[in-house]
Formats: sequence, structure tokens, C-alpha cells
Amino acid sequence: MPAHPSSESNSQLTLRNVTKRFNGRSGLVTAVEDISLQVKEGEFLVLVGPSGCGKSTLLSLLAGLEQVDEGSIKLDGANVVEPGRDRLVMFQQDALFPWLDALENVLFGLRLKPGLTDAERTEAARYYLDLVGLADKEKAHPHELSGGMRQRVALARSLAPNPRVLLMDEPFSALDALTRDQLYGDIQKIFTQRKKTIVLVTHNIREAVCLGDRVVLLSPNPGRIRQVFNIDLPRPRRINDPALATLAADITTALSAHLAEPKEGLV
Amino acid sequence: MKSPRALVPIVIGLLLLGGWEWFVRSGRVDDVLVPAPTQIGEWFWSALRDGSLASATWVTMRRLMLGFIIGAAIGIPVGALCARSSLARDTIGIMSLGLQTLPSVCWVPVAIIAFGQNEAAVLFVVVMGTVWAVVIAVQESVLSVQPLYLRAAMTMGSRGWHLWLRVIFPAALPGVISGLKQGWAFAWRSLMAAEIFVVILSGFGLGSLLHAGRELLRMDQVVGVMLVVVGVGLLADLIFFSPIERWLRRSRGLER
Ligand SMILES: Nc1ncnc2c1ncn2[C@@H]1O[C@H](COP(=O)(O)OP(=O)(O)OP(=O)(O)O)[C@@H](O)[C@H]1O
Ligand SMILES: [Mg+2]
Repeated sequence: MPAHPSSESNSQLTLRNVTKRFNGRSGLVTAVEDISLQVKEGEFLVLVGPSGCGKSTLLSLLAGLEQVDEGSIKLDGANVVEPGRDRLVMFQQDALFPWLDALENVLFGLRLKPGLTDAERTEAARYYLDLVGLADKEKAHPHELSGGMRQRVALARSLAPNPRVLLMDEPFSALDALTRDQLYGDIQKIFTQRKKTIVLVTHNIREAVCLGDRVVLLSPNPGRIRQVFNIDLPRPRRINDPALATLAADITTALSAHLAEPKEGLV
Repeated sequence: MKSPRALVPIVIGLLLLGGWEWFVRSGRVDDVLVPAPTQIGEWFWSALRDGSLASATWVTMRRLMLGFIIGAAIGIPVGALCARSSLARDTIGIMSLGLQTLPSVCWVPVAIIAFGQNEAAVLFVVVMGTVWAVVIAVQESVLSVQPLYLRAAMTMGSRGWHLWLRVIFPAALPGVISGLKQGWAFAWRSLMAAEIFVVILSGFGLGSLLHAGRELLRMDQVVGVMLVVVGVGLLADLIFFSPIERWLRRSRGLER
């Protein structure tokens, strides 16, 4: 089924026939091939697909950290050629700076944001650390935090500067179920209140259905779009909602049918 | 646990000194060639009293500090430049790699011809001894900064000087510090070489004191100065480099 019928004029992020290859040790790898996609302002887009289908690559391209080999990526009509403060990335591996404590890590992006006083920056950093449940850990250095805590600090760091576009690579994968369920609610709140555009990668179909306006299913070798699902459930959505579970089951079935052998980690 | 560990080297040291003292006093060796610890102690005491040891140490430390600071001040930015530009790396970087292996005594003849027997010659030798090791260490540690940190910082809007000062330099700091430590050791060695070979009228350093001891055939003075040289090196490590390295390891969770 096609995406929302949308004219390109009001769509914010436009990918047209994007192809990206890597010349790695194992030869030329086509990470993504011929991807065309439009992400509208204020849309929550979720990318799912088996490991190695180019999800992280796609985020790097959107962030401007990598350049396309073919095709184009445009933000508000201008080519994306370099990283910018309007598109923050939360990386798959936690990229916290080991020489800064948790609060300073969250402040890093805020300090680069003009037009704020130092007090406002500190207040914002504390607010987001509190949101992810780490108010008491602001003086802790990354090595003193657990894997899940580090991921939560990274989440706070990417939310704090309040970017227009948020690119998140499996942000909840290392969290316990309870924290995760709470953050699903918080992310949706931030998303609707702040009118953000979010592109999120996940391996969890239920999470995808809970959060996304659209779920894009990618297939590997080379990474291509296989199918796009529109999720029209009302927000805020709860992960335990039966309607959501039914939809997730449908997508999982469709996915299994697409892939000759269902890949691990996709349920 | 702490006191026995500190006691062991003291006890063993005292035993060795006692054995040495006994060996020399028993008349088995000529005490002009092998002075007893007490003889060295006597020289040490008299050199302290007439102020010659303090003034020599002061002259040497001043040269070392100045040479080391100049060497580091040149080496750090040049190393950063080499990490940034492959042109600089292929020229200055390779030259530094080569010159780093050159024993610093080799700079003494160059310095004497270029500057004459003066303070500038000594300083030149110390700077040459320091700078290449620092350049190489800074270049290598900047090049091995995790790309993920740079990517993360760049998406948060960090560029140029901000990226260098807030991300690249802190990330490379452990490597830079060990490079400085190495530079310090090289500076110390080259300074001793310079002080022994460059005989200057102004400024009588520890190396000159060592040299004078040789000319007077005073083994007690020679050994005494050598001990002071060892002591200065050890002290620099204990009060300067070790605490910095320990702090770095602790704040990044690299402590074993
Ligand atoms: N820098 C690189 N050099 C060489 N090959 C790369 C590079 N980055 C990614 N690839 C290749 O591109 C393909 C897509 O990688 P990518 O990281 O985008 O996958 P992914 O969908 O994020 O997988 P996962 O779900 O496991 O995170 C893989 O085959 C990978 O080996
Ligand atoms: Mg990935």
C-alpha cells in the first residue's frame, strides 16, 4: 500500500532514488538501493527490517554524516550535504563522551544551541535526565552507569536540544520493559506537543506500531523498501492495547510472507 | 597492606647500602674508585651546605622546564596539524618519526656550531629532544580518536575549534599525556648530554657538576650527582605525571 498521498511541497525530508555503497573489506556492498521516501513535517516514521538491511546507513545519510552515491536527499528543498543541528542523531552504539559526566553530556548539545542562558540550559538538561529517570545520576561518568542507563542518558542528550528532526537508532533496545513502556508514553508526548519529525529504527514490531504514523519495512541485500504500513490508531497509544497487538501481528505475518525465511530478531 | 609494601623497598635498600659500606670499608676495593655510601653522603652534605648543589639543580631545572615547555608548545599544535592534514603527515610527520629515533646527543655538535657555547645551545638540544616525541604522540592519539565521538559531536552542531577543544583534544588526552611524559624523559636525557658537552661559563648545572667531578677524579661527587639526577626524574614522575595519569584513568573508568 502506498504512503500518504502527499505532494512534495509540504514534505520536509525527501529521499529520491537514494543508493549508498560501501567499499569494505568484503568487497562492494550496496547498503541501500533506490530508496524513495517522503517524511512530512511532524511525522513519526519507523524503519524496520532484518539486520544489515541498511537502516543505520539510511539514518547516517539523513544526518548528513555520509553522502549518497546516487539519488538525492533534501530537507525543505535543500540538499543534505553535512550534519546540522536541526537533525540530531541518537546512535545505535552509545556515543556518550567518557570525559564528561551525565549532566555535561546532556549539556553538550544544549551549549551549542544559541539563544539560551546557562541557567536555562542546565534546567533543560536536568529536566530530560529526570524524564529518563536518572536525576540522581547527573554527576556519574558513563563508565559508572549500566548499559541501559547510558542509553537513557544518550536519549536525554538527543532530546534536550529539541531538534526539528530526531533520528533514532534502536533507542530502547537496552532498556527493561518497565522503563521502556514509560518512555513510549514520554516520546509520544514530546512528539505531539513539540511537533517533531522523528525517524526511528527498531527491531520490535510492537514498538513500531505503538510509535509510528508509518512503518517502513526494508529488506536486505541490497537494502530496499519492501512495504509501507500506515498506522491510524489514535494517540496516545499504549503498548498493551489489543488493537495495537492485532495490527502488529498482521505486520509480522506480512513480513514473514515477504521474507522467504523469517530473519531472527524480527518478532 | 600498605605499610609492608612500603617497607619492603626500604629494608632491601638499607641492606644493600649496608653491604656496600661494609665491602668498601673492608679494604677490598680502592675507595677512590668505589666510594662508600657515607663518603657520597659527606659530599652531598658539603655540596648542600656551600649551596653548589642547590644552585646547580636550580639552573638545570630552569633549562629543563623552559626546554620542555617550548618543545610541548611546538609539538602539540604541530602534531595536531599532522593528524589533520595528510600533507603535513607525509612531510613533518615522517621527519618527526625519523628524528625521534635520533639519540639527542647527536644534536650537541649541531647546537655548538650553530649557537656556540651558550645557553641557547643547551635549550636547542632540549627542545630537539622533546619536540619529535610529542609530535608523534599527539598525531597518533588524535588519529585514533573514535569516529563515533566526532559523528555525535558534529550532529550536535560542533565544528572547527569547538570540535578540537571539546571533543578531539579531551578524547586524545591520555595519549597526549603519555607523549608528554616521553618527551619529558627525552628532554631530561638530552639536557644532561648538553650540560656535559657544552661547557658554559654562565650557569653551572647538574651535568656540569658531573663533568667537574670527572675532571677532579671525585667519584663520590660523580655518583652523588647521578643520584640527584635519578631523584629529580623520579620526583617529576611522582608529583606531576603519575597523578595526572591516575586522575585520567579514574575519571574514565580505565583503572584496574
Ligand atoms: N562503513 C562501512 N563500511 C563497509 N560496509 C558498511 C559500512 N557501514 C555499513 N556497511 C554495510 O552496509 C550494510 C548495512 O549496514 P547497516 O549498519 O545500515 O545495517 P542495519 O540495518 O542498521 O543493521 P542492524 O539492524 O544490525 O543495525 C551491511 O551489509 C554493512 O556490512
Ligand atoms: Mg543498525
